[in-house]
Amino acid sequence: MFVFSQGVPFLAEAGSSFLTGSVWLPTDSFAAGAWGIFPIILGSLIVTLGAVAIGAPLGIACAVFLAEIAPPAVRRVLVPSVSALAGVPSVVYGFFALLVVVPWIRGQFGGFGTSVLACWIILSVMILPTIISISTDSMRAVPREYKEGSLAMGATSWQTIRSVLIPAASSGIVTSVILGMGRAIGETMAVLLVAGNSVTIPDSIFAPVSTLTATIALEMGYATGAHQQALFAMGVVLFVFIMILTGLANLASRRRVTF
Amino acid sequence: MNNAIEISVKDLDLWFGKFQALKKISIDIPKNKVTALIGPSGCGKSTFIKTLDRMNDLVDNVKITGEVVYQGRNILDSDTDVVELRKQIGMVFQKPNPFPKSIFDNVAYGPRVHGVRKKANLNEVVERSLKAAALWEEVKDRLNESALRLSGGQQQRLCIARLLAVEPEVLLMDEPASALDPIATSKIEDLIYELKKDYTIVIVTHNMQQAARVSSNTAFFYLGELVEFASTIDLFERPRDKRTEDYVTGKFG
Repeated sequence: MFVFSQGVPFLAEAGSSFLTGSVWLPTDSFAAGAWGIFPIILGSLIVTLGAVAIGAPLGIACAVFLAEIAPPAVRRVLVPSVSALAGVPSVVYGFFALLVVVPWIRGQFGGFGTSVLACWIILSVMILPTIISISTDSMRAVPREYKEGSLAMGATSWQTIRSVLIPAASSGIVTSVILGMGRAIGETMAVLLVAGNSVTIPDSIFAPVSTLTATIALEMGYATGAHQQALFAMGVVLFVFIMILTGLANLASRRRVTF
Repeated sequence: MNNAIEISVKDLDLWFGKFQALKKISIDIPKNKVTALIGPSGCGKSTFIKTLDRMNDLVDNVKITGEVVYQGRNILDSDTDVVELRKQIGMVFQKPNPFPKSIFDNVAYGPRVHGVRKKANLNEVVERSLKAAALWEEVKDRLNESALRLSGGQQQRLCIARLLAVEPEVLLMDEPASALDPIATSKIEDLIYELKKDYTIVIVTHNMQQAARVSSNTAFFYLGELVEFASTIDLFERPRDKRTEDYVTGKFG
């Protein structure tokens, strides 16, 4: 509510140039165009979608392994470890990325190292536990009879996984990916440490990038007046994004299980 | 009539952990006939039928010894191609288990996983299988509806159609009618009667009248042993073993 009361008047005043402009000079005077957050919105989307594109297939593959292939002993060890990963504070991930991933990128590809790629790597790891645990649960909830029926017709276990198990668990899998996406778009600390936070449209995956959350966190400490309101307005934009994602997640999980 | 043997079982022992569920089972299952397996709960008849297409592989801690010879090979050998085996020996389960797909996709599932891609071929297989399972007339106008909207009896016939689409030689049925009402049951029985012309059928049942109605031969299992195997008429009317007699006359079970 507070975010809205601070942010919405600013949104109304700055109008669409706030969303579409690409120059962000918040400490300058209130000049038209200087409040453009388009690069930041784009940065958030690039970082989030890329992380999901990497994390979702990995996570689903891990879930198939845990639900179907892993022997019970392995499962007993891995399932709690995956949950434990979800509980690690994000600043720890960020710090790890800053010390390991960023220097690696700098060494391999040049540039600063703080980049889109660094964000993708660390965020895809961070969303794995969410995707793995929810997908695994939904696959284990698929009735045993489906699997038996498929195997009894001479399908291989891989065909059974692909054509029966994953489709039957699809609503849970989609939900897990959307929740993972929600975590990625909302992630602040880890991204802030490795993104580089330059308000430009990145021209390669090795270029620095800034996101809505990181920008708000970085600048709120010293922002005053219109700048502060602009950050609240960014909060509103972020809120809308997350509402859309949550809505999608609800739709996906309520969808009837047919395929 | 022909007396060919489809599956020959010799000295089959099966343990779940330390519990011996099947003891020295030897039985020759005749080709193109219906063989019924009867016996009280826990007698091993379901376990036995699952051994015939290696579905017990899915259970942990199972140890099996002995021979199950099908087409000249012991299918219990570890180098058996289980996928190929299950194509030829298909199974219908106690609870109808159609996939949450359309009726068409359920029947087309088997041919698809075995490599049939052409729509025209699939259409033909689906129609032929549904006709063979006596379901075609009831569903021909709604092949794209979810299979889960069918009644229980229709679902079970759909599962049989789905199996026929794979063109097996042997149909194993594990209490296929026990979850159905009497009318649906009688439809399944009519269907079994039709199918035995082309297939070897092994059916597990709790229901002795059902065994008497559909089968030519009946095996009586008790506490993991095969007590008696004879033509159905002999087994019910002239049982040789006291335990069989007690069971078929309803003294226990």
